[in-house]
Amino acid sequence: MRFEVGSALSIGAILFTVIIVAAMLIWVERRLLGLWQERLGPNRVGPFGLLQVVADMIKIFTKEDWVPPFADKFSFILAPPIIMVVILLSFSVIPFAPGVGVIDSDIGVLFVLAMASLGAYSVMLGGLSSNNKYALLGSLRAAAQMVSYEVFMGISLLGVVALAGSFNLREIVLAQSDGWFIIPQFVGFVIFLIAGIAESHRLPFDIPEAEQEIVAGYHTEYSGMKFGMFFVGEYLGVVLVSSLLVVLFFGGWLGPGFFPPIVWFVLKTAFFIALFILLRAAIPRPRYDQLMNYGWLFLLPLSLLNLVLTGAYILWQEGI
Amino acid sequence: MLRLIKDTLGSQCVTLWRVFMHAFAKTDTVEYPDVQPQMAARWRGRIILSRDPDGEERCVACNLCAVACPVDCIALQKAEDEEGRWYPEFFRINFSRCIMCGFCEEACPTNAIQLTPDFEMAEYVRQDMVWEKEDLLINGTGKYHDYNFYRIAGKKIAGKDKGEARNEDAPVNLRSLLP
Repeated sequence: MRFEVGSALSIGAILFTVIIVAAMLIWVERRLLGLWQERLGPNRVGPFGLLQVVADMIKIFTKEDWVPPFADKFSFILAPPIIMVVILLSFSVIPFAPGVGVIDSDIGVLFVLAMASLGAYSVMLGGLSSNNKYALLGSLRAAAQMVSYEVFMGISLLGVVALAGSFNLREIVLAQSDGWFIIPQFVGFVIFLIAGIAESHRLPFDIPEAEQEIVAGYHTEYSGMKFGMFFVGEYLGVVLVSSLLVVLFFGGWLGPGFFPPIVWFVLKTAFFIALFILLRAAIPRPRYDQLMNYGWLFLLPLSLLNLVLTGAYILWQEGI
Repeated sequence: MLRLIKDTLGSQCVTLWRVFMHAFAKTDTVEYPDVQPQMAARWRGRIILSRDPDGEERCVACNLCAVACPVDCIALQKAEDEEGRWYPEFFRINFSRCIMCGFCEEACPTNAIQLTPDFEMAEYVRQDMVWEKEDLLINGTGKYHDYNFYRIAGKKIAGKDKGEARNEDAPVNLRSLLP
């Protein structure tokens, strides 16, 4: 069995690594938050507290898995796996290194965006089926937030797509061999970063699950492994957005050379995961209407402007 | 427009940088079971009953501590020995109720009941939180080393008659008219 794009070995390794990394992020996040808040974080279970994840897993697997009697049972059980499945599916188009990946889809960027849109269903169904006021509020907010931020998430990527001339993520990486897209597409990068945080509803934009306002938002009624799937799905989303940022704007596996390509990819992704956690540690949550205004009135025009300018630049380069 | 960018991106970046710099600050956490904290001498922790410098119990079973206690966790019964000293027949503190307020220590006229800096009092069985006199009594004077109630007070006990206490004048014969 050879290690190439689409081989069973490659698929298995990617699936395993991605899930393990997402689970380990629980520990990484708590340690890093501790570091930035001048605390220690979990350090008792195993060396540096590394086995904290194992302890958490045992706890969450052996917990009572309760479906509230007033919930709509079918969609209540259906909702949590959706977010894990769609995000894991999104990883299939990510080019990790030359020869490492699941598929080289020619519509990779579109596939990722489509899966991100499907992820909204998980949150919506979860909140709606719980038959709980806070869950309903959370899923309303989640639906509005995810639908509106998808708009300019897509538009901010079009500049990259136009420069690379392809929707294929592997070709986008190869197009960056003489300069990462972060320089010509800096505005696109900032918009995509903000939209990515909102898509994975991480902390500055965790309005759908704002503890201080609506208990836990859409997963108020969830417990046990169903809650665990939402939880791991959130971390999978962080890994996905970080690796997309690396692939689209920071040259994917490309690097100065003294490491193998996969190490460059992992290092860059780890940097963005740490940035996500730093954002959580530092930035307070905006109000709901502020988030909407900021998205539609500022980020959307900005991303359209970025697209127009990029198009004009390409036309000027081609000498028309 | 520029102002908006400065307010949104600029100030957020400053925030991110300042929080990031906390990574190089000293952590506040004390790793408690591994590193024992230095408790202040006046810390209000586990309650003890002390003895006077002669090694006798200081407690005279006056019940003031039990009265002062806001949660009624102290129970005691007065008894008197053949020397005329008062002492508690039993002295019981229910630490599952005690709030470590220290009122008993303030109320105590003989410095018998005192609070110590020890706070490690967890038990698996709730009944074990009830401490009897044998558990509470220590073989020392606690915070006040030379205080001895019966050597100061005018109370008559065996071996010390009226007027023999420290700084005490001999009793006056009330029926005498002599100056």
